[in-house]
Amino acid sequence: MASTDIIIHDEKDNVGVVVIEKITPKQDCNCWIMENDKSAKIQSLNEIPLGHKIAMSDLKEGDTIIKYGHDIGKVVKNIKKGEHVHVHNVKTKKW
Amino acid sequence: MEIPKSFLGYKRENGRAGTRNHVIILPVDDISNACAEAVANNIKGTIALPHSYGRLQFGADLELHFRTMIGTGKNPNVAAVIVIGIEPKWTKKIVDAIGKTGKPVEGFSIEGVGDIDTIAKVSKKAQEFSMWASEKQRVECPISDLWISVKCGESDTTSGLASNPTVGNLMDKLEPLGVHLCFGETSELTGAETVCEKRGKTPEAQEKFKKTWNAYNDFILKEATDDLSESQPTAGNIAGGLTTIEEKAFGNFQKIGSRQFIDVLEPAEEPTKGKGLYFMDTSSAAAECVTLQAAGGFNIHLFPTGQGNIIGNPIEPVIKLTANPLTVKTMSEHIDVDVSKILSREMNLDQAGDELVKATLRVANGRLTCAEALGHKEFVMTKLYRSA
Repeated sequence: MASTDIIIHDEKDNVGVVVIEKITPKQDCNCWIMENDKSAKIQSLNEIPLGHKIAMSDLKEGDTIIKYGHDIGKVVKNIKKGEHVHVHNVKTKKW
Repeated sequence: MEIPKSFLGYKRENGRAGTRNHVIILPVDDISNACAEAVANNIKGTIALPHSYGRLQFGADLELHFRTMIGTGKNPNVAAVIVIGIEPKWTKKIVDAIGKTGKPVEGFSIEGVGDIDTIAKVSKKAQEFSMWASEKQRVECPISDLWISVKCGESDTTSGLASNPTVGNLMDKLEPLGVHLCFGETSELTGAETVCEKRGKTPEAQEKFKKTWNAYNDFILKEATDDLSESQPTAGNIAGGLTTIEEKAFGNFQKIGSRQFIDVLEPAEEPTKGKGLYFMDTSSAAAECVTLQAAGGFNIHLFPTGQGNIIGNPIEPVIKLTANPLTVKTMSEHIDVDVSKILSREMNLDQAGDELVKATLRVANGRLTCAEALGHKEFVMTKLYRSA
């Protein structure tokens, strides 16, 4: 089994979570999808630390971020596949 | 893994069992703290529970104050109780309610006597209680005597990936054995509230949850001055990779595994519908939440953390687990159970759940938690609004 760099909760998710200390720009990462035990690959655009999210596809302003198969917020700035996803480009739909 | 059917606990007069054997000195109000602390300092084997409130409260806030005081005294982890208040009336109300459990309890009031004579008088009674409790022995108790509460803190994405699902796995394994379970954190289910509502076992439980969550959310919206970005998620949550309250909520929700809740409890309310999972309406602040759950009668607590919350409770042992390998490395003295190998896939959820069951039983049998060894005794009363 290849080492896992990124874990994705659900097949519907458009973000994954970095589970190694950090990934570096242009790193080819191994992803594991928990729900169905499938694998995927993605190349990172930025350095992303442990626990932070990476975009699994291109996302436009207004799009919904899906994690755990559920809506966890809205995109407020266009995001490219492989880019770091966090408070600078995603906001809550609550409060 | 075959789950042991029993643990070694302290059987109480009312049939409940404790995982600890504390003699507590409980001040009714803020101004009785000094007296309570002096007594606990005089008499070994006792512990004072100072707090900040108990004067001029009224309505639902006063009811919650009494419920928390009484529930703390009634908790089976407590062998005997001394209650000290400035005035006799509220003191007696608390003493009488705790006394219904059959455990030794005695009340004292300070007005007309003063601190020094009260301390002398109370110390004699506290010495008697402490020496009496010291002879209590642990006996074999069925695992269904465990009442397990859960709450997570300083969460990050590793909480939702691994440590919270480990707690969920434990719930899935232990609920069929007849334990009581409790989760709370009303505001931290925001975003996952409709999914959580559907986990109510009956239409009544679902309706009660919906009402409870709506009331809390309305209160937050009324008091909020901005988008709460300084509070929810916290700076620690954000550093750990959590972006929104919704993401935090779905992570939080993993703690109940595939269970359904049978009822919704008021803060500090004791469950009365028998074994199974309960939701308690609580703040999401760690010490407030655990204090309320302990007052509800829960005798052992599971606390998953990501970035490293260090909370403990004076009467309910708090077991910490984390899946964050950096937290394991930098804060090892606070972590009872390390499940970080889930992230590297060297451990699966079933194995992690087994490890947590084992750790829970060791602590139930008497092993100190990290928080107990480090002296964490955060007793924090929830106050609903200003006093009159």
